[in-house]
Amino acid sequence: MATKPKSSKKVPAKAPKADMLKFYREMLLIRRFEEKAGQLYGMGKIAGFCHLYIGQEAVVTGMQACLKDGDQVITGYRDHGHMLACGMDPKGVMAELTGRVGGLSKGKGGSMHMFSKEKNFFGGHGIVGAQVPLGTGLAFANKYRGNDNISVAYFGDGAANQGQVYEAFNMASLWKLPVIYVIENNMYAMGTSVERHASETELFKRGISFEIEGEEVDGMDVLAVREAGEKAVKHARSGKGPFILEMKTYRYRGHSMSDPAKYRKREEVDDIRSHHDPIEGLKGQLIEQGHATEDDLKKIDNEIKAIVKEASDFSLESPEPDADQLWTDVLIEGEV
Amino acid sequence: MSVDILMPALSPTMEEGTLSKWLKKEGDAVKSGDIIAEIETDKATMEVEAVDEGVLAKILVPEGTEGVKVNAVIAVLSEDGESASDAAAKSKPAEAKPEARAEAAVPETDKAKPEPEAEREAAPPKAAVKADPSIPEGTNFTETTVRDALRDAMAEEMRRDERVFVMGEEVAQYQGAYKVTRELLQEFGERRVIDTPITEHGFAGLGVGAAFAGLKPIVEFMTFNFAMQAIDQIINSAAKTLYMSGGQMGCPIVFRGPNGAASRVGAQHSQDYSAWYAQIPGLKVIAPYDAADAKGLLKAAIRDPNPVVFLEHELLYGQSFPVPDMDDFVLPIGKAAVKREGTDVTLVAHSRMVGFALQAAERLAEEGISAEVIDLRTLRPLDTDTVIESVKKTNRLVCCEEGWRFMGVGAEIAATVVAEAFDYLDAPPVRVHQKDVPLPYAANLEALSLPNADDIVRAAKKVCEGAF
Repeated sequence: MATKPKSSKKVPAKAPKADMLKFYREMLLIRRFEEKAGQLYGMGKIAGFCHLYIGQEAVVTGMQACLKDGDQVITGYRDHGHMLACGMDPKGVMAELTGRVGGLSKGKGGSMHMFSKEKNFFGGHGIVGAQVPLGTGLAFANKYRGNDNISVAYFGDGAANQGQVYEAFNMASLWKLPVIYVIENNMYAMGTSVERHASETELFKRGISFEIEGEEVDGMDVLAVREAGEKAVKHARSGKGPFILEMKTYRYRGHSMSDPAKYRKREEVDDIRSHHDPIEGLKGQLIEQGHATEDDLKKIDNEIKAIVKEASDFSLESPEPDADQLWTDVLIEGEV
Repeated sequence: MSVDILMPALSPTMEEGTLSKWLKKEGDAVKSGDIIAEIETDKATMEVEAVDEGVLAKILVPEGTEGVKVNAVIAVLSEDGESASDAAAKSKPAEAKPEARAEAAVPETDKAKPEPEAEREAAPPKAAVKADPSIPEGTNFTETTVRDALRDAMAEEMRRDERVFVMGEEVAQYQGAYKVTRELLQEFGERRVIDTPITEHGFAGLGVGAAFAGLKPIVEFMTFNFAMQAIDQIINSAAKTLYMSGGQMGCPIVFRGPNGAASRVGAQHSQDYSAWYAQIPGLKVIAPYDAADAKGLLKAAIRDPNPVVFLEHELLYGQSFPVPDMDDFVLPIGKAAVKREGTDVTLVAHSRMVGFALQAAERLAEEGISAEVIDLRTLRPLDTDTVIESVKKTNRLVCCEEGWRFMGVGAEIAATVVAEAFDYLDAPPVRVHQKDVPLPYAANLEALSLPNADDIVRAAKKVCEGAF
């Protein structure tokens, strides 16, 4: 069995009520969106590869709370949660999953390939680890321009073994690029557990020989994520170069929709769901601290449900792209 | 309100499965994420999770049922406040539900009439390509090496556009492994002329990321042989992202460096990648021969909003050609050039092979054969119009490339000419190319392996056999 996510913090992270409610809402949107995506996949409305983020919601929600306008985000193929957290329209995300013209890539990208220049979300990349040099390049551009923006490159424990990740680490540290590497360690690289794929399983140490500071974070606790994120952001923004955050997290579903996840025991999943669920955890805190009642939260649940339903309806109503879309967007005409 | 629970598809190809086990009973409360049933297909057993909250009002397909069609209603969930029996009463049995998943899965537009032929064309309509700029009367020409022409192109574009920078191995302090970036560091400083570690995959990816962010990187590979380490970033990230983003995420980047055989450096340092990159939609691929084209096309490549692979040739770097003394000499991408006019046979070549083709044409002329030499200059988009126009005049075609024949540039040109100018051909096209072996080191074997002017003369005579 994989090592359980554990907190590196003895003192639980705290946050004001408004932040907690915001995080609750954002995580719940990702959870319900992904459940709906899973359902639409089951109905044959979504095809191909579809990697759900259920269980990992606290990571991107906590990290996004640390960023400002102009900061850039890039991730791999488990990307729906990141898009929603970046403020991309759930309708556009879902319609991309169903391959419709209303999708954020006009139906030409699919689950793994969505982008938003407006929201500074740079994808959505299907090749394991490729987003790490790309995200480092975004940071390079910030430094080149002399602005104070940073980039956040998310990748999984599986990608953490890719050679290009270390090539990027080296350049980022050498050139003091403002980039945060967020390793979403969900304990399995597809079906291979961290113990079976990594010689050093404490992935936050992977930057040591590049002189990149790293920290392990309880990725199931959105407040802990935010706290660690703030520190990393401050580091990167102040010109000290890259920072690694290893988020100990867990995905409840298989690697993709067609993965039955037989490589782990049901009890392992159940244990984490019952004791470490990021949404249930925050819900408990909200009620315990008197910030919200069950009824208040139920109201949020219903609002989220309506948003997801609207996204789902849109994704089924939006038409497929016109046949002439086959030939567009291969090249840009003219100069830049 | 009641919600139908449908038999899910667990993979893109699943049409039916066995409902092997119910883990919840009628009357059980379920919340989203709970495992409610297990399903078996021929490939795997998977768990079905509830996606809504409520009470399992009615199970319609008992466990152990085989051949349950995807999207059949297998149970009914009652939501907020509704009684389980009400929900059950409203439900319809599984059999009543239209079974075909294909029906449900295929959007309406898919069922439309067959598309008109025009929409099934193999390639998009060709964009018009501008002609070369006219060089004003009285313009001076300066003999310039290809090396310096490339350098001048970069320097001019870096002066013109602050977003342009150059990165690669030894491009700055060392002044370029082949001195192509000579003196750029002195003029532009280390912010814009950047020495990288020897990590092609990483710095190519970094360059692509910077281009996504709106900078205009020139990424130098010490040779394109090393770019194989980076080819994933060139193709999967640089070339495909615009399309995958529905046109949002452009990648204005130039990957440049020497390509093809050098001299006695063996198989791993001597490959011609023309055909590899030219196959990729989303890339532009340029492979110039002389210094003026090198300059004018590199400037165009740097200004282009798309990823451009710019294939140079180490053995041409030191050769000098006249370059017009113009303030801003930019050539159109996608336009071939007739380097020598002729009437009997068309010799098509790019990069260093253009030199051999010109030598061959000279010798053929001595034997009374008038050869027209076309320098493709750009491989993607390929200017087939110029080739076809020429073949219509000469009726004979020889395709010359330094790379291997198999699946090569010459194969593409020959196929296009056969398809579009078949009636004009008086002989089957012939290809001149490298022998189908890794490039050997031994001087004699290397010479045997690489194509040269002799091969082109022989090929030209072959296609002209019986004509004179």
